[in-house]
Amino acid sequence: MIKLRILLALLRKEIKLMRRNRLIPRVIIVMPLMVMLVIPLVANLDVKNVNVAVVDNDHSQLSRRMIADISASEILNVISVGDSHSEAMLEIEDGNADVILTIPPDYSVDMIARTAQVDVEANGVNVTKGMLGARYVSESVLGTLAGISAQSGQKIKTDDISIIYRFNPTLNFRNYMIPALMVILLIIIGGFLPALNLVNEKETGTIEAMNVTPVSRLVFVLSKLIPFWIVGIMVVTVGMLVGWLVYGLVPQGCIGAIYLAAILFSLVMSGIGISIANSSSTMLQSIFVMFAFIIVFQLMSGLFTPISYMPVWVQYITYMIPPRYFIEIMRSVYLKGTSIAELWQQYLTLASFATVMLFVAAATYKKQS
Amino acid sequence: MNSIEKVISVKNLTKKFGSFTAVDHITFDVMKGEIFGFLGANGAGKTTAMRMLCGLSYPTSGEGSVAGCDITSQAETIKRRIGYMSQKFSLYGDLTVMENIRLFSTIYGMSDKDIKTVSARLFKELEMEEMKNALVRDIPVGWKQKLAFATATIHNPQVVFLDEPTGGVDPVTRRRFWELIYKAAADGMTVFVTTHYLDEAEYCNRVSIMVDGKISALDNPAALKKKYNVSTMDEVFRIVAKNAQRGE
Amino acid sequence: MYRQWTRFFVLSLKMLNGENEMNGFGSVIKKEALYIMRDRRTMVITLVMPLILLLLFGFAISTEVNNIRLVAVVDRHCDATRDLLERFAVNDYFSYLGEVNQVDVEPLLRSGKIDAALFLKTDDGKIIPQIVADGSNTTSARAVTGYIMGVIGEPSASQPVLTYTLYNPQMKSSYNFVPGIMGMIFILICAIMTSVSIVREKESGTMDLLLVSPTRPGTIILGKLIPYFVLSCAILAIMLLLAYTVLGLPLSGSIFNVVALSLIYIVLALSIGLLVSTIVDSQLTALIVSAVIFMVPVIMLSGMIFPIDNMPGVLQAVSCIIPARWYIEAMRKLMIQQLDMAYVIKEGSILLLMTMVLLFISITKFRSSR
Repeated sequence: MIKLRILLALLRKEIKLMRRNRLIPRVIIVMPLMVMLVIPLVANLDVKNVNVAVVDNDHSQLSRRMIADISASEILNVISVGDSHSEAMLEIEDGNADVILTIPPDYSVDMIARTAQVDVEANGVNVTKGMLGARYVSESVLGTLAGISAQSGQKIKTDDISIIYRFNPTLNFRNYMIPALMVILLIIIGGFLPALNLVNEKETGTIEAMNVTPVSRLVFVLSKLIPFWIVGIMVVTVGMLVGWLVYGLVPQGCIGAIYLAAILFSLVMSGIGISIANSSSTMLQSIFVMFAFIIVFQLMSGLFTPISYMPVWVQYITYMIPPRYFIEIMRSVYLKGTSIAELWQQYLTLASFATVMLFVAAATYKKQS
Repeated sequence: MNSIEKVISVKNLTKKFGSFTAVDHITFDVMKGEIFGFLGANGAGKTTAMRMLCGLSYPTSGEGSVAGCDITSQAETIKRRIGYMSQKFSLYGDLTVMENIRLFSTIYGMSDKDIKTVSARLFKELEMEEMKNALVRDIPVGWKQKLAFATATIHNPQVVFLDEPTGGVDPVTRRRFWELIYKAAADGMTVFVTTHYLDEAEYCNRVSIMVDGKISALDNPAALKKKYNVSTMDEVFRIVAKNAQRGE
Repeated sequence: MYRQWTRFFVLSLKMLNGENEMNGFGSVIKKEALYIMRDRRTMVITLVMPLILLLLFGFAISTEVNNIRLVAVVDRHCDATRDLLERFAVNDYFSYLGEVNQVDVEPLLRSGKIDAALFLKTDDGKIIPQIVADGSNTTSARAVTGYIMGVIGEPSASQPVLTYTLYNPQMKSSYNFVPGIMGMIFILICAIMTSVSIVREKESGTMDLLLVSPTRPGTIILGKLIPYFVLSCAILAIMLLLAYTVLGLPLSGSIFNVVALSLIYIVLALSIGLLVSTIVDSQLTALIVSAVIFMVPVIMLSGMIFPIDNMPGVLQAVSCIIPARWYIEAMRKLMIQQLDMAYVIKEGSILLLMTMVLLFISITKFRSSR
């Protein structure tokens, strides 16, 4: 009972301090908007507008047809057609072209003997664009060849294949990003801000005044975290509203499942944040450690680059990264309408992470040195 | 002396940081209602010793009790019975005077009614009524220190620890501050105060002088002056601290 | 070991110190250097973080799909279908999980246990394939269907198209990320560390102490910046060493241009830090401002991860005022394409201009803020 009163008094203090701080309220309002409105526009790894420089040494009907087919593609643009390979290389060096297609002399003649080859060279500086660009160009070339040779027979042909993308039929990249973006908000609000807040009290010396009082460690740490949990939940709500109002994206699954995941993940992040704060004595130290965490978390959680793209040994490491599970849950619930029961492994893992991290946080917070 | 209750009792208390011995086997007692001055040059180990007594730091060896509790095993119980004012001003600058007082008195388990009466009395005593809604960071240093003292003693602790409470204020404010200390001691509170203003040492009932982590002298100011055959505490300190190795 | 290095460093600074004229300057440098050295943990983090980031990006983040989990639904088997499924089973990119009933496909997709299902229906003796892929991951979905199509339409005899990759033959994305990480690290370390250290002196009041001394304010600022400049150079050396050895970036004469341009960029980052420190007055604010105004745009808008081409026009315009964008672009040309200086004149002069403008503004602001 007395503990509850103390907790309430400390909470009142935290909320007042938060409101009187010039920056924190602004961060809480501006950040979600920035993250939800700007990142979906920016974080687009789709490859489009692949520029192709064609070196046509054949000048045949076939080579012209190839070029026409490439121009007709939605993704590929032919930016130049010439005779000289070195001119095409210049286009690459200047960054105007991404792929060079070279059609050798007498190509259409050699075609009949099936010995002819065209060369596709991709700019490897931007790997994704280069790799996919080269594939799109060769697919287009193969299509042209298939069209004119008009093969027949029992073989399965690629043009017969129909493709259905379940859960996101148009493969809209935003539908994929938006649910997962809330992870950034929760990492910063649930982990970063409370940790900074705690280190700030260390540096100004006010934590000393708390440590000589009978306030228990648990109550003190809770008073630091609860306001940020509440803010975190509010921010997730705002995020969902933005997703709905701006992008027309609503969760297919149960909203409760989203809140449960958000709460569990906030617990994990605050555990991590408080542990970092406990082990650092200056703000600079804690901020560098947290930046390292944030960068690793963002890059290895599958937020921007899918985990399935990573080498297998790295995929094992990602099992240790808590945001991975939160992102999996968010995407599944939002796009596929998956239920908590189907995702019990992810929820359980998050819950265990939360337990362990909060335990570490409580154990490393010392009133005595 | 023996008939009087010992509020602080310390035996061979030691604190080491790696190979550095900050506090080296100190032994002393402080009686109830006493104003005990804890003197020493910078780096002599005063603050470290005080932090151990307040339960902020574990001793490396030795034992001690404060307000009837052991400093290693019952640190949390001690904290209910003491008040502490640190060297660095440590109230919340972005809370108002009243909000700080309400926060700390709630932490010490006072009821809303008590808080109201006690704070009203405090504001009157400290002549701070008109600034009770000002943010603490905006009020002058002298007032901040009085306020810090008031919050450290609001729950009427058995002992109050003051770590250089009058650093950086003018003589008039210092004089007023010592009036507050006398008043608290008269009410039966034990006051344990570190300082390096030697004129303040004269105000204490007993004084200990720490040199390089050890207590080199301990007695009442008059006896110390007599022992070294000098007329001020300043001279006493100079003689005792003459051979100090540490310091600035 | 560490202590010896510290002593060596201080000694060499003492030598730098020289006569009276330089006294204030030398002592400010010395004080700042000692401060950096004493906070050993921050020092270790600043040196180790670039290392970890480079290795992480270099090895962990590839853009090649592997291990595509696939099931098949076949209504009637024939030689062609058996042959096709056999091809999936032996293909390294796939882990073929066998045949399932049509009704099981949906739950498997929804719970994320498979990436795609291949339906093979026989109609009039003709096989009609259909791919149902999990579209919730847009990036991999397209690649997954591409791979499946590739296996189905596998050309049997000749190879009509030969594909090469220029500059980066193994398609290692590490190449691509090295310049980006360098662009980010220098902003992180130079801008944040300098702004925080200056603001810390403001907070504790020691800045006033320095300012009332006979040392000129310009000298004080220079003295504060030089140790961070040295630290950044050390980081640059570490990163280049790593990039050219472990990550196997081709070494060539362009490395001199890389170093030259990086030094400009480091000075630019330092002046950003200085500018922040003249505007804000608490460490917490300095940190948040540096993080929000500098870090986020560097990561999001500089083209480090996300191609600038894909951004809407407004944001492409915004990215032009982000120094990291130009630095990263130039570094890609110099380090990966091995082009010579003539190709980066635009980027180089923009960076130089930005540096001078920022340095000018921050020094004027520092003077007038007294």
